[in-house]
Amino acid sequence: MPRSHFPRVPPALRLAAGPLPPAPLGAMLGLLVRHLAREHPGILRRMGPHAGRSFLIDPTDLPFLLLLRPATGALSAHRRTWPPAHDARLAGPLAAFLAMLHGTEDGDALFFSRDLTIEGDTEAVLALRNALDDAEIDLTEELATVSGPLAAPLRRTLALAERITGLALHRAEPTGDYT
Amino acid sequence: MMELVCPAGTPAALRAAVTAGAHAVYCGFADETNARNFPGLNFSREEMAGGVAFAHARGARVLVAINTFPRAGGEPLWHRAVADAEAAGADAVILADLGLLAHAAEHHPGLRRHLSVQAAAANPDAINLYTEAFGVRRVVLPRVLSVEEIAAINREIDVETEVFVFGGLCVMAEGRCSLSSYATGRSPNMNGVCSPASHVAYAEEGPELAARLGGFTIHRTPKHAPAPYPTLCKGCFTSGAETGHIFEDPVSLDATRLIPALARAGVAALKIEGRQRSRAYVAQVVRSFRAAVEAQEAGRPLPEGALARLTEGQATTTGAYAKTWR
Repeated sequence: MPRSHFPRVPPALRLAAGPLPPAPLGAMLGLLVRHLAREHPGILRRMGPHAGRSFLIDPTDLPFLLLLRPATGALSAHRRTWPPAHDARLAGPLAAFLAMLHGTEDGDALFFSRDLTIEGDTEAVLALRNALDDAEIDLTEELATVSGPLAAPLRRTLALAERITGLALHRAEPTGDYT
Repeated sequence: MMELVCPAGTPAALRAAVTAGAHAVYCGFADETNARNFPGLNFSREEMAGGVAFAHARGARVLVAINTFPRAGGEPLWHRAVADAEAAGADAVILADLGLLAHAAEHHPGLRRHLSVQAAAANPDAINLYTEAFGVRRVVLPRVLSVEEIAAINREIDVETEVFVFGGLCVMAEGRCSLSSYATGRSPNMNGVCSPASHVAYAEEGPELAARLGGFTIHRTPKHAPAPYPTLCKGCFTSGAETGHIFEDPVSLDATRLIPALARAGVAALKIEGRQRSRAYVAQVVRSFRAAVEAQEAGRPLPEGALARLTEGQATTTGAYAKTWR
């Protein structure tokens, strides 16, 4: 029987995130998604018609759900009590999503091990996963880019958060270079 | 040293493969000319040229898979793919269709031709025909042969052989299997997709995860058990009083420990399956197998692999290479 090796979001952080109002949180996340779409046009190109689908992302150790609409650059936060309509749903610990985004974990392996659950439009989920994998996103650097003069303290804060929580907040650099 | 031929579904995966030690990378264009025509995957013409330049700068080769069977009336798409692979600087094309092999031999004589596993050439007579008629320089052998059979083939042919050593395990006569077509109307042979995601549905039903393909339930997996992808050849079926995996269990190939035997059998290249997998998978598997072929070359014991976690069913098999069939 597989056992997840992913760290969970610390309870204190989960409690602190609980009262966050979904609308302002969604507005901030939307800024990040639109920045990613501008900086990585290959994501929407690779997704093709699947970019118009809606993806409910369920980080199971956070108090809210996220609804991603790549074509319109929208990422909104929602209370668990009111899940929005969607075409596909992906559920798993936040650490698994971040590890997949940063190239340290394979999406199929996460599915085989049941760390990640998929329901709905499987083809659209594959398109999203493949497009994001090719984009080689570094969340810390993307956030730093949109933070202007706060970039340096933000990098330090996220590096500290990464050490404390075990969550992958930046892209893994290739190792074992034979070239 | 045996050549390590590694998969790349995206430019990022190609860079990961080369950086991790691939001697060669195989990849395809983003259309139905290659047998991994999955959403979000594969290369534009510009990306292919960029990938070839990246690989060549680091001493690695790029092989372009154009290994589906052209539709009648649709041949120009496949012909363009061969011409564009050559223009991008590809080191070889991997072909399966007789007509496309003839076209490539006639119009692109300087472009090295490999025979795809999709051609299912599994005996010396077939391989020698492809060699003599179309100048094929390497044959990718089907995953249905034992090591002894591979050795017997190599004694009677004059071209290189390449065998799969890791990843998804196709147990059928490749290029001729119609199971995916039966369930979905789409096949790896004509459309480049086996068990396409567009026809796959997962549903949590009580304590089980049901996996369906084209409406057929292929698996019911208990909670927390490893989840397989719903391909018909690895499905769990009830026949009479028995329920089980009729053709093959949902496991993946890992022939690491057979590398010395494959070398003795005269195999020139080892292939890793997985163009549909992420750059994380590519990097980990390539690094592990590069260490294994280095050890084989130096006569050292092979390093212990730790790749089962990446595989379907979280379990591996040596497949037909050392198989006792049911």
